Amino acid sequence: MATGATDSKPVRWHILVFLLPAVLVYSAFMIIPLGSTLYQAFFSKAWAFVGIANFEMLFTDARYSQSFWNALRNNTWFFIIHMLVQNPIGILLAALLSNPRLRLRGFYRTVFFIPTILSFVIVGFVWKLILSPTWGVSQGLLKSVGLQWLFQPWLGKEDYALTALSLISVWQFIGIPMMLIYAALLSIPDEVIEAAECDGITGWNQFFKIQLPLVLPAIGIVSILTFVGNFNAFDLVYVAQGAVAGPNFSTDLLGTLLYRTFFGFQLQLGDRAMGSTIAAVMFLIILTGVCIYLFAVQNRLTRYQF
Amino acid sequence: MSAATRSPWRSIASHAVLLSYTLIALFPVFVIVINSFKSRKAIFSSPLSLPDAQTFSLIGYETVMKRGDFPLYFQNSLIVTVVSLVFVLLFGAMAAFALSEYRFKGNTLMGLYLAVGIMIPIRLGTVAILQIMVATGLVNTLWALILIYTAQGLPLSIFILSEFMKTVSNDLKNAGRIDGLSEYKIFFTLVLPLVRPSMATVAVFTMIPIWNDLWFPLIIAPSEATKTVTLGAQMFIGQFQTDWNGVLSALALAILPVLVLYLIFSRQLIRGITSGAVK
Repeated sequence: MATGATDSKPVRWHILVFLLPAVLVYSAFMIIPLGSTLYQAFFSKAWAFVGIANFEMLFTDARYSQSFWNALRNNTWFFIIHMLVQNPIGILLAALLSNPRLRLRGFYRTVFFIPTILSFVIVGFVWKLILSPTWGVSQGLLKSVGLQWLFQPWLGKEDYALTALSLISVWQFIGIPMMLIYAALLSIPDEVIEAAECDGITGWNQFFKIQLPLVLPAIGIVSILTFVGNFNAFDLVYVAQGAVAGPNFSTDLLGTLLYRTFFGFQLQLGDRAMGSTIAAVMFLIILTGVCIYLFAVQNRLTRYQF
Repeated sequence: MSAATRSPWRSIASHAVLLSYTLIALFPVFVIVINSFKSRKAIFSSPLSLPDAQTFSLIGYETVMKRGDFPLYFQNSLIVTVVSLVFVLLFGAMAAFALSEYRFKGNTLMGLYLAVGIMIPIRLGTVAILQIMVATGLVNTLWALILIYTAQGLPLSIFILSEFMKTVSNDLKNAGRIDGLSEYKIFFTLVLPLVRPSMATVAVFTMIPIWNDLWFPLIIAPSEATKTVTLGAQMFIGQFQTDWNGVLSALALAILPVLVLYLIFSRQLIRGITSGAVK
């Protein structure tokens, strides 16, 4: 199909040659495994076709449903914290950076992106150490500003651990929303801003009435990227809290649940069929999110052509 | 916000906000790096002060060198990252050229097919990927990781590169055709050199997630001989949790190379994300 041969023209083999390596590797290690994993979600461990029984078990059977709904709830909270914290901070930093007369903007830009290039392993352990009551760095810091009562072993308490991890993840990824919004702000032509100033719209008023509406598409992209990344997250929890996502599964996400179900942990044996089922549910969640974005959000956001 | 700049207070306020965020972004990294050079006692007694003649110690680094095979992990990470990168760039550029240069039946469909992977994470296919790797005997080899990361990096690289390929002048390519150059020659000698800057951008984008990935090394290649730095550091730290010197040094060792590389290439990366908007 890729050769594009028509009756009159000779076969253009070079098109095939150009496409083949990419299509082969991509199909063999991405599309086929994805399809095969989805397919296996409909089969039992012994390869018998079971229809949607695996999904039923995941949603309702006591062995799975509790951890599944827990992971889904946690994952949703994880995403909500990201949206609530990362977008305002990202917008604020981007707005400050986009001021053309700001000095040191290159420096700030570079620094704010440093956490983003570090791996989850580093980020997870670094924060685990810093928040550890054994070391006492954060107690010491809070004490120096008179806020030592605020200190808690955040990662060790069921009530706070997930929120603390979400904030760590925000700390790590803030560079991406900041940069994308920053780029959108820079692409607003000067005439638009000048026109606003002529009309007496300045400062924060100008920002909320002129710039913010113009960068909404960028915020939309940031949101969908965050959504996909969050519902597929695994590394940070695994590093900071282990595969059992402690304390008491309070930081369990779909990614860590998939890992434990597929590979097993402690006394539970790995289960390929249920692993595939969880992967299939994650696929559906992400697909739904992406479709909502592509068909509902993206079309409604007004794009301004300059 | 040009009105804002006219007032010195506004400018001071923005620097105050930006500087406080600089502190938040850098503080954790800074604390880890300075403490990795201290003796165990100093790590606990004064975690926030710089190492001095009394507290300076390399004991942590010695433990890391003795107990973990970090040079090997680095080598593995380097091989995996560089080879995957070459494949992603070469195959990606070739496919992008085919899609943007030629009109053929199924062009749009092929473009869509290749774009699916931008949004759907490859991780969701892990169950079947492991089965494939077991069946082909590639488990615990660097090739397994290279193939997976190539597949993972291709969609975005094809998408970005085909945008850039469209900007290469048709006259140039047609002049080459009149001179009798083959389509391959046109691609490799005329087009490829012209899109080199955008390939650098794609390279930085592709490199970071590969170097930092924990999931696939953990699942597909966890053997001692194939551990990457990310996995090696994770396992080392897990094992030596109570050896604070060792843990801090392992972290510092994992941070520094990436940091140095980033500082060298940060312009490229930032320009890539902001796609040229940054002047």
